[in-house]
Amino acid sequence: MMLLVTSGVAPYLAQAESILDVGDTFIVPLLLKLAFVLGIFFVGPLVAGYLEHKAMGRMQHRRGPVEAGPFGTLQLVADGIKFIQKEDLIPSAADKWVFAMAPGVALVPAMLALLVIPFGPGVFALDLELGLFYVLAASSVSVLGVLMGGWSSANKFSLFGGLRAGGQLIAYELPLILAAIAVAVQAGTLSLVGIVEAQAEFMLFGTGINLWYVIPQLLGFGIFFVAALAELSRPPFDMPIGDSELVFGYMTEYSGIKYAMYMLTEYAGMVTMSALMVVLYLGGWQLLPGVPLPGCEAAGGLFDCGVTGTLLGVGVMLGKILLLVFVMVWLRVAYPRLREDQLQRIAWLVMVPLALLNLALVTIAKVVY
Amino acid sequence: MSDLDLRQEFLAGTAPGEDIAVQLSGDGQFRTADMSLSIGPAHPATHGVFRIVLDLDGERGREARPVIGYMHRGFEKLAEHRDFRQIFALVNRHDWLSGFSNELGTALAVEKLMEFEVPDRAQWIRMLLAEWNRVLNHLMFIGSYALELGAITPMFYAFREREDIQHLLESATGGRLHFTYNQVGGLKIDLPKGFLAESTQVSSLVRSRLPDYFDLVLGNEIFHGRTKGVGPLPMEVALSLGVSGPTLQAPGLPEDPRVTEPYLKYGEIDVEVPVGENGDAFDRFYCLLHRIRVSLDIIDQIHDHIPPGPVNSKLPKMVKAPEGATYVRIENPLGQLGYWLESDGGRTPWRLKMRTPSFSNVQAIPYLMRGQLIPDAGSILGSVFFVVGDIDR
Amino acid sequence: MAPSAPPGIGLLKGLGVTIKHLFQRPSTLMYPHERDVLAPRTRGVIALMDENCTVCMLCSRECPDWCIYIESHKETVPPAKEGGRARTRNVLDRFAIDFSLCMYCGICVEVCPFDALWWSPEFEYSEYEMGSLLHEMDKLREWADTVPPPPPLDEGAVLPAEVSDALAKVEKERELAAAKELEAKQAAEAPAETAGDAPKKGKAAEPEIHVKAGEIDQEAFDRLIAEGKSERMARSKAKAAYVKKEKARLLAEAEAAGGDAEAESPAPKAAEVKVDAGEIDQETFDRLIAEGKPERMARAKAKAAYVKKEKARLRAEAESDTGEGTGADEPAEVPSELGASPEAARQALDADGAATDDDAAPEVAAEAATTEAPAARKLGDIHVEGAGEIDQEVFDQLVAEGKSERIARAKAKAAWVKKQKQAKLDEEGGA
Ligand code: SF4
Ligand code: SF4
Repeated sequence: MMLLVTSGVAPYLAQAESILDVGDTFIVPLLLKLAFVLGIFFVGPLVAGYLEHKAMGRMQHRRGPVEAGPFGTLQLVADGIKFIQKEDLIPSAADKWVFAMAPGVALVPAMLALLVIPFGPGVFALDLELGLFYVLAASSVSVLGVLMGGWSSANKFSLFGGLRAGGQLIAYELPLILAAIAVAVQAGTLSLVGIVEAQAEFMLFGTGINLWYVIPQLLGFGIFFVAALAELSRPPFDMPIGDSELVFGYMTEYSGIKYAMYMLTEYAGMVTMSALMVVLYLGGWQLLPGVPLPGCEAAGGLFDCGVTGTLLGVGVMLGKILLLVFVMVWLRVAYPRLREDQLQRIAWLVMVPLALLNLALVTIAKVVY
Repeated sequence: MSDLDLRQEFLAGTAPGEDIAVQLSGDGQFRTADMSLSIGPAHPATHGVFRIVLDLDGERGREARPVIGYMHRGFEKLAEHRDFRQIFALVNRHDWLSGFSNELGTALAVEKLMEFEVPDRAQWIRMLLAEWNRVLNHLMFIGSYALELGAITPMFYAFREREDIQHLLESATGGRLHFTYNQVGGLKIDLPKGFLAESTQVSSLVRSRLPDYFDLVLGNEIFHGRTKGVGPLPMEVALSLGVSGPTLQAPGLPEDPRVTEPYLKYGEIDVEVPVGENGDAFDRFYCLLHRIRVSLDIIDQIHDHIPPGPVNSKLPKMVKAPEGATYVRIENPLGQLGYWLESDGGRTPWRLKMRTPSFSNVQAIPYLMRGQLIPDAGSILGSVFFVVGDIDR
Repeated sequence: MAPSAPPGIGLLKGLGVTIKHLFQRPSTLMYPHERDVLAPRTRGVIALMDENCTVCMLCSRECPDWCIYIESHKETVPPAKEGGRARTRNVLDRFAIDFSLCMYCGICVEVCPFDALWWSPEFEYSEYEMGSLLHEMDKLREWADTVPPPPPLDEGAVLPAEVSDALAKVEKERELAAAKELEAKQAAEAPAETAGDAPKKGKAAEPEIHVKAGEIDQEAFDRLIAEGKSERMARSKAKAAYVKKEKARLLAEAEAAGGDAEAESPAPKAAEVKVDAGEIDQETFDRLIAEGKPERMARAKAKAAYVKKEKARLRAEAESDTGEGTGADEPAEVPSELGASPEAARQALDADGAATDDDAAPEVAAEAATTEAPAARKLGDIHVEGAGEIDQEVFDQLVAEGKSERIARAKAKAAWVKKQKQAKLDEEGGA
């Protein structure tokens, strides 16, 4: 939260005006932004989790949750309440402080990453000039929490899980960042809002056809998606959890609210990463390439929209996020898990070279045109 | 290392699981210690109370020692105090996924000892239900093996099919796992009306859904990556360890009592034995999946063969087997099941020795797991198909 | 062997299979809301028809884990006839099955020589404690109401010897009856014989009585079906309803017999009924077999029919002993050979039931519908009031306690019958 407080004076201050910056006072926008980020942080994972439950259920010839709330929509709320009620066990051999802190260390960065992600025209807490850099940096801190949990549990399975998670992060952070850099190079900015803007202005070489970055950087998008999956430990890269090998990986010894925090981290990570992909590659809150949102035709179709335009923009953004979340769920349903060494091999022998190639191509294209 | 060395080494060790000691290795500059990891007795990968002690160097294991016996229920001894009617309720429980086949083996053994001629109709119906039981069993293992590799979905599909089949079997036998449908001399009661029609229908339904498993699991590249070349079991080792069923067919030996030593009426129909090439986990799974298809083929053939007539014959009030001993082996879903039945002329077996396929199959685990990674250990464990109750009995 | 190949066709196929299922109907059965219809042979729970049990202890002895507990005492039965010998018989005091030990092997059901034990597909009796799984006679008796009729056998099956014998016998009797009927028709043309023939005809028509053993209460059945109940459940409930109705009717009859003296003719002495215990009603048995009921069910029902008949006879005897006339207020248009007595009235009623019972042989139904329907309908009206009655209080309470609807309903029905009986007793006491 310090970033937020200091943002008014720091040199990397907001580029675009957030609609949450109402009035002249300092405290009202601050509270609004806090509420906004926390709201996204708690509601987003619930929606993503519900989508996962339902989509997975239907793909597996089941119904998914049906009892809690209409169509089972409150299932995750019920789960949350259950977790809070459960006994919070700490193994006697555990390193108690580290064990207790680990879920928090995993959780907070996932929340912080949401600070700079724009969810619609002007709907963001902060537009950092270094937004992209900040998101990637913040989200990679989460793995510390995982490592701490794995180490402090005093359980061999947890330790394996934690170490696997560490190895996985190091291996996949690189292609992730390289792919993201390519986007930054093409857009010419690190600001996430700026990248969305740049996508609205990007024309296919010399023609008047507006395109999102997913087309010119299809390779980069693929790399980013796979790397994001690996970083989130989502199947088929869920070796840190690997429930049929490592019982439950680094979460084996966790129960109750701490376990719920880990789960929340995972789903919040899914939302954050999906949102990031939408911003970087899928044109943010634009409905279609080159088609301005209704109500905001004036400012390049991206800002200063009316109420409808804003709501529509947010809706489009959330729709795209959920679509990506759905794809992640789909992969989980369809595939078995890879092996740790195979994962490393893919990272270093395939992903990193491809990401470098992608970066080189984008740079050359940028220079030539 | 030859398999003989392997076995001697294995036998020379102390009691399994008790010699867990920390060994120091390395050249003395950087001291590392092997870690011993106890997988089980309650672990998701062992589906049952089965334990494996792995000596690990990082993620790579050096030795693996299976520890069995957590589920010993003393069926062989219990059977000595149950009469020939009651033992059927015992034998369908040691391998709870192959209840019907176990009953069948027992019935055949008792009938052989009594030199009892079972009516044709009963024999065909026994075959029909035994094949259905095989499909049930294999579906379960397809689901659980995929689950072991982290794919959750095939399990649900398999259970959907299982539900249809269990419904079918329930309508005839009244049971879903423990059928208790065989008796000495035939079957308890004839099939209900409409059973064969429903059986035909379920058979074509399951057959129409089989491609899903081929597409979802067998053809998947990640699945290939996890199973091809993992845990190969050469033919000689397989033979000397006494494994059977898909585990033996995977190295390429088409050994199957249904073909090589036909019992019931298997001699009158075509039975195909799918075999693999390398004997690795992939081949074992491949054989398993194809065995479902073969069983469905057999089922379809049986439908055309069932003659009218009685399904059981008149028995004396007290069934007593004459003095003597006999051995019967049949192809259980997981491999060869043998019953050694010895009678002293009384109303209970004097000795009922079970040679269960799971027990023999897990003998291959120390060989297969040597030097494997932890994830591969799971993959191997799942591919040597076993039921813990069938190991411990 | 690094699977570094670009995502191949296998990966896409996997996606295809899963997305295909996304658009299919899930196969989930929403269990507490929807229920599966289990096969009639399902070994769900063991039900006891304690009326049939003779305490022979076979089941308890054969059970592989000895989880059946039976207690009994001996009772002396006074001689059936004047000057006969008194006999002793076993009376069942306790019959309990410990379902925490039971391995559901079915041996007890198989060995019971008196058809007292049955499998019911009922399965909702889980408990929080192991000890609560020890179920006593009353509970086991309740389950007996849920026992479905066994399914018919496959076409290729050989029927048991008793069944095929019985079938042959029935076939023969049918022929005989047909011949008799022809005779009777011819005789009916002669005007003088109507009154004189009554007892004989009553006897000839006797098999008609026993159709009721397999009877269901059609009204209840229709209602349950309309409520969306499964056919089997509806049938079993309808049967229960029928039995209840029947009881109510008997009570009403007894009442009527006490008051009115409208009887046209005295009840015929049912001298042909034997008193031996364990007897089955052979005609019922044969008829049920002919209707395609399996042998076991037929036997059990025939036994029940015998007991019922026996009771009716005793009542009739008692009535004639007190010197009062007996009969029912049956109308004049009843064919004379049926309208002679309560017995006969019941025949008419039963025939009516048969006409609506979809299980009954069509020819019986047709016959009954044409000849006896009018009278029966009128008589039938009397006991419609009791149809499907349950004790609402008890029902509500049980449902509130979380009992399944089925059990609650069964219990509530039992409670109703009990209440009714109590009321009857009180009334009589007051009178
Ligand atoms: S089913 Fe078997 S175990 Fe259960 S009570 Fe009957 S005989 Fe005993
Ligand atoms: S075998 Fe049947 S009749 Fe004999 S005691 Fe058991 S239930 Fe009663």
